[in-house]
Amino acid sequence: MTTGHVLLGLLVERPKHGYELKKEHDHRLAGAKPLAYGQVYATLQRLERDGLAEVVETQQEGGPERTLYAITDNGQAELERWLNTVEPSAPYVSSPLFARVAVAGNAADGYLVRQREAHLARMRELTAEKASGAPAQVLAADYALQHLDADLRWIETALARMKEHNNA
Amino acid sequence: MLEARGLGKSFGQTRALTDVSLTIAEGELVAITGPSGAGKSTLLNCLAGVVRPESGEVVLDGRRIDTLPEADLTKLRRESFGIVFQFGELVPELTAAENVALPMLFNRHGRQEAMTVAAQWLARLEVSDCADRRTGELSGGQRQRVAVARALVTGPRVIFADEPTGALDTIGGEQVMNALIGAARGSRTAVVLVTHDNRVAAYADREIALRDGAVLAGVRR
Repeated sequence: MTTGHVLLGLLVERPKHGYELKKEHDHRLAGAKPLAYGQVYATLQRLERDGLAEVVETQQEGGPERTLYAITDNGQAELERWLNTVEPSAPYVSSPLFARVAVAGNAADGYLVRQREAHLARMRELTAEKASGAPAQVLAADYALQHLDADLRWIETALARMKEHNNA
Repeated sequence: MLEARGLGKSFGQTRALTDVSLTIAEGELVAITGPSGAGKSTLLNCLAGVVRPESGEVVLDGRRIDTLPEADLTKLRRESFGIVFQFGELVPELTAAENVALPMLFNRHGRQEAMTVAAQWLARLEVSDCADRRTGELSGGQRQRVAVARALVTGPRVIFADEPTGALDTIGGEQVMNALIGAARGSRTAVVLVTHDNRVAAYADREIALRDGAVLAGVRR
């Protein structure tokens, strides 16, 4: 229930309505998939049902209804617990990139060279974004860059192993 | 602006470069990448007129440079090229400002003028506070920024940087890259960057990937 925890975290500062939570989520977690409005409201309703958040005000001045949510004491405790929980290292690691190489074996070298170019092109975009980005965007870009870099280094190693195999 | 055509070079039995061709435009930022032993530094040294290729040619602004007599080549390197090494390679007996002024003194500018221009470059790279300190008192990142200032002080056409962030941590390396690129873009200086680090290569406009002394197939030149 990570989205729920993130929304609880954003409510610590002060009560907020759904639209504001969506905006802040997308800004702070730049690089993650933007949150859909439907998901924001569904998550808030679940938090309310579980006693982790509560409605403190409902405004309706001609426009659409705007509900203001606040974090509860139980919500604070749950957030604290989540923030201090160590995430287990992933027991399975896979990706479409790895799956192609697993299937194609040593014939995947041409694909890997093209994939390498695509990753590096994305790294160029992220590096340029960092130059003018707000601190939240820089952190998110660092995270994305270092994951792409890990893929690139694996691609290098895989290409070297394929070459070794093809020369043997 | 800078062009290599069919470069080849061997060291003894070892083939370091095979038929490497490339073109670098004015103000362009190009990364030469590849694992160790791929020929990156040999290519850089051939382009910079430090090593003479056995075959092929190196052309700067329409003029073939790899066949120039040594004295002319030295003069050209001093006036048209700036070099940044992995460990800065500053002169430890001199202050940061004197190090930056050095290439201008070699090019027979007066000391006062050289020191004035050096101070401007140190300011541009945000290391003015290091001007009067000897290089041993500087951090790795400060030293590299001083080395970048020294490479830019003569207004070169091309800066060659060989693993300029290789000895720095992520954030220190980022500061040096931002300083190098900001300064180069501001003065339309081309940068040829040798690196095995993808995150450094991502600062460049494009990549020339080397494998076993040749340009990797499938990557645009």
